Amino acid sequence: MNQTFVHFIIQRQDGPDSKPYIEEFHVPYRPSMNIISALMEIRKNPVTRDGEETTPVQWESVCLEEVCGACSMLINGRPKQACSTLIDTIEQPIRLAPLKTFPCERDLIVDRQRMFASLMKVKAWIEIDGTHDLGPGPRMSEEDRQWAYELSKCMTCGLCFEACPNVNDKSPFIGPAPLSQVRLFNTHPTGKMQASHRLESIMLDGGITSCGNSGNCSEVCPKEIPLTHSIAALNKSTTAYSFKRFFVK
Amino acid sequence: MKSDRTFFWRKLHSLSGLIPIGVFLIVHFGINYTAFYGEETYNQAAAMMGNLPFRYVMELFIIFIPLLYHGIYGVYIAREAKNNLSVYKYEKNWYFHFQRLSGIVVFLFLIWHVGTTRVAAAFGAEVTFDMVANLVANPVYLSFYLIGILMTTFHFSNGVRTMLITWGITVNQKSQNFGKMLGIVLFILLTGIGMIAIFAFVS
Repeated sequence: MNQTFVHFIIQRQDGPDSKPYIEEFHVPYRPSMNIISALMEIRKNPVTRDGEETTPVQWESVCLEEVCGACSMLINGRPKQACSTLIDTIEQPIRLAPLKTFPCERDLIVDRQRMFASLMKVKAWIEIDGTHDLGPGPRMSEEDRQWAYELSKCMTCGLCFEACPNVNDKSPFIGPAPLSQVRLFNTHPTGKMQASHRLESIMLDGGITSCGNSGNCSEVCPKEIPLTHSIAALNKSTTAYSFKRFFVK
Repeated sequence: MKSDRTFFWRKLHSLSGLIPIGVFLIVHFGINYTAFYGEETYNQAAAMMGNLPFRYVMELFIIFIPLLYHGIYGVYIAREAKNNLSVYKYEKNWYFHFQRLSGIVVFLFLIWHVGTTRVAAAFGAEVTFDMVANLVANPVYLSFYLIGILMTTFHFSNGVRTMLITWGITVNQKSQNFGKMLGIVLFILLTGIGMIAIFAFVS
């Protein structure tokens, strides 16, 4: 392709309570550009396609190698990471917009607090502190380690929240990624010691029963985490636990 | 937090779709199918059902209460979803949205269906072959039945598929594919039985 510029149509917003508006940009083309490098070009020269000076487009990014999850946005309407989306692989003009599921802070920056709040609700950590030395924990089998490692790749980017039809303002659903984290921490030999607490936390309103099996989460996950498999496994654990809680515990 | 019984109510909602509603649906379709053997066979089968002991108690606890619970809670669940099919055109996302749409259509169909059969019977009409034949003689009512049957068989078959997932029976991809096949077979069988039955009433 012998092109000199890339056409961008960007949805902008000046603040959390302001109205969104559209601005278009022509960014000088270089081979192998990603979305972030194009946004950097706009920052260098914040002039719209019509030649009007404007403020630089704001976005969030940290690692630039698809492990931090900060640069999630809608690219041509699809939720993606801006760092790992290459200009050469997508249709132009390129439309950028902030994720819709999270409140917009400014331009392409959203507040992903809803996701972190969910992680806290489900106790997505392993308790290793005590008043005395607890010693080393039990070992994890290599068989479990292999698939659990895949779940640990979750970078709380929020794409599964964006694609899930049951994550929205009308629903209390805690979202797909935090559920998968419950499976991860309930598999960890030390984390397993609080397994029932995590299961209890996802059996409340907005927990695992809010999953409607649309499967969109697995489809859009940039780390290809088997989220629907995790949720199904947790369906098994919570069902078994509910019987245990009623009859035995 | 102890008072949050969401898990129980949702599991009851899921179970109620199969037991008793699904079981009743299959019995109902079976009775309807007797119309295929002729008016007399159907009238005998309908009379047998009508003369079952404890009929009103069974109707109340096996049909009406579970249906109302499943329907009303189902509409409440459907309201929590946002439609995103225009962006995410995945197979299971279609099933997800169609499950909610079909549920609402079936709910409306059942209001009409119960109104024109059971409620009519309560006001003295006789539940016979002729009652249904007179209804489906009207093409509008026949189309209500066709849509109602299709939506019901889809909702039930897809519900069985997702139920296997939500109860933790089909966990991996392989078994979930098996669940889907089971759903497709159920859908074809029930739709076939339902269609043969309703067209048996069309003269």
